[in-house]
Amino acid sequence: MKVKAEPENVYKPAEDNVVAREIQGEFILVPIVSGIGDMEDEIFSLNETGKAVWSKLDGKQSLKDIAKALALDYDGPDGVIEDDGVGIAQELLKRKMLVEVKRK
Amino acid sequence: MQSESFVVKQDINKVSLWKSTKPLLGRLDIEITERCNNNCIHCCINLPADDADVKERELSAAEIKSILKEAASLQCIEVRFTGGEPLLREDFEEVYIFARRLGLKVLLFTNATLITPHLAGLFAHTPPLKKIEVTVYGMKKSSYESVTRVKGSFESAWQGIHLLMERKIPFVVKGALLPANKNEIGEFETWAATIPGMDKPPTHSMFFDLRCRRDDGEKNRLIEKLRMPAQEGLSVLTRREDNYVKAMKEFCPKFMRPAGDRLFSCGSGKGSGCVDAYGKFQPCLLLRHPDCAYDLRGGNLRDALGNFFPKMRERKATDPEYIAKCARCFLKGLCEQCPAKSWTEHGTLDTPVEYLCAIAHTQARFLGLLKKDEKAWEIKDWQERIQGLAKGRHGYESKSRA
Ligand code: SF4
Repeated sequence: MKVKAEPENVYKPAEDNVVAREIQGEFILVPIVSGIGDMEDEIFSLNETGKAVWSKLDGKQSLKDIAKALALDYDGPDGVIEDDGVGIAQELLKRKMLVEVKRK
Repeated sequence: MQSESFVVKQDINKVSLWKSTKPLLGRLDIEITERCNNNCIHCCINLPADDADVKERELSAAEIKSILKEAASLQCIEVRFTGGEPLLREDFEEVYIFARRLGLKVLLFTNATLITPHLAGLFAHTPPLKKIEVTVYGMKKSSYESVTRVKGSFESAWQGIHLLMERKIPFVVKGALLPANKNEIGEFETWAATIPGMDKPPTHSMFFDLRCRRDDGEKNRLIEKLRMPAQEGLSVLTRREDNYVKAMKEFCPKFMRPAGDRLFSCGSGKGSGCVDAYGKFQPCLLLRHPDCAYDLRGGNLRDALGNFFPKMRERKATDPEYIAKCARCFLKGLCEQCPAKSWTEHGTLDTPVEYLCAIAHTQARFLGLLKKDEKAWEIKDWQERIQGLAKGRHGYESKSRA
C-alpha cells in the first residue's frame, strides 16, 4: 500500500517501531522491529531539518501547523518549510517510523 | 532550512557517531549469568546450570534494566549479552526487549542450544541489529559432545542454528579448537562459508584462558593440557599465509611497541566495560581482580567510568620479572600479555604469562622479527625490524619456502 503524507494530516512517531536517540549531537533513529532497517547495523540519522520536524511531531499538530511554527525559528518561506515537512513525513511513513493520528 | 536528504541510512560500523570526543560509555558487556547448560572442558567461566545459590546471587532483571537505562543515558549504543549461556536466564526475553526499546543494539553470544521457535520468532520480529555469534564445538556428535560433555547438546545446537537460518536471522559461527575437533577445521570452515551472515572465515579460539574466577585448580590443569602449543597455533594462524602476513604487516607498525611499566596499554575501562553476573563492573570480561572491580550494587556506571577506572588505569607494574621483560618488550601488542591474562593465569596483575610469551615469540620468529634464540625484550633495533616487516624487507619463514 502506498502511503502519502498530507500537510493537513497529524502524525506521531511510531514508538513501537523505532527509538529516537541523540548521541553527541547526532540525531538517530534506531529500528526496534524488522522491516525498517532490513540489514543488521542500519540506523538512520536525521539532518537538521528532519530533527526540527521530528521534535514537533507530537500527534497533535498537523504538518501545516508544524511548518508555521518552524517558520518563526528558521529563515525560509512558508511553502518551502511545509514541503520539507511533507517530504520528511513521507520518508518516515515509508519506513514505518511514523503513524498518522486520525482526528476525531 | 535544508531540503536535500532528510533521513539517511547509516551503517553504524562505518560512521562514527562520536565525533571529537568519545562518550563515557560506547559499548557495554553484561555477563548475565556464569551458569551454562553445557560443561565445556576448556571453559574459563561455566558454572552448573542448576546451581541455585549462584542463581540467587545473580543480578535480577530489574537490576540489569537499571544498568541498561544508565548505559543508554551515557550514550551507549551497543550491549553484549554473554555468559555462561545468556539464554539460560528465564528473564532473557524481558531484558532483551528492554535493551532494544532503549535503542541499544544487542550482540548475543550463545551456544544456540536454547534457541526455541519462540526465541527465533522474537529475533525475527525484534532484530538484535548485530549478528548473533554462535560458538560451535564440533561438526560431529562425538566431537561436539566430547567437548560440551552434555548428551544431546549437538542436536540442540543444530536445531537452534537451523531455526536461525529458517527465520533468516543474521548470525555468525565461531570455533573452539580442541583435540577432539581440530581435524574438523576444514569441514567447519567449508560449512561456515555457506552461512549467509559469514562475510569472512570464522575465528577460532585455541589459546584458552584459565578459570578467571580462580575457583578450580583441577579444571585449570585440564585447560592447560588442552591449550594448543605455540607452534601448532602458528600453523593454524598461518594456514592462509598470505592473509596472515598481510594483516601482520599492517598490525605490527600500528600496535607493537614496549609499553614500559604502565599496566594498562589497552583501551579497557575507557568507554567500555563489563558487568559480571553479580553486578561487579570490570574494565573487561576477564579482569576480575578485586582491585579492578567496581560494585554497581553500591554505585553507578558513571562513577566507575569517570573516577574508578581512570585511577585504576594509572597503576604501574611492580613485578621485577615484568619490569625486566614485558616493560621492555616490543612484541607488546602482538603478545596478549595484559593485567587480565596475568590475573587468569597467576592471580596477579603483572606477572608475565609464559604461554603467551611463547606464542608471541613463535609468531615474531615466523615474521622475521626475531632470530632463533633472540628474546624480544633484548632487542634494541625493534623499530627498524617492524619497519622492515611493513616494507617487506624482512624475510619471514614462509611455509612454502621452508
Ligand atoms: S612476549 Fe613475553 S616479554 Fe613480551 S610482553 Fe609478552 S610475555 Fe612479556
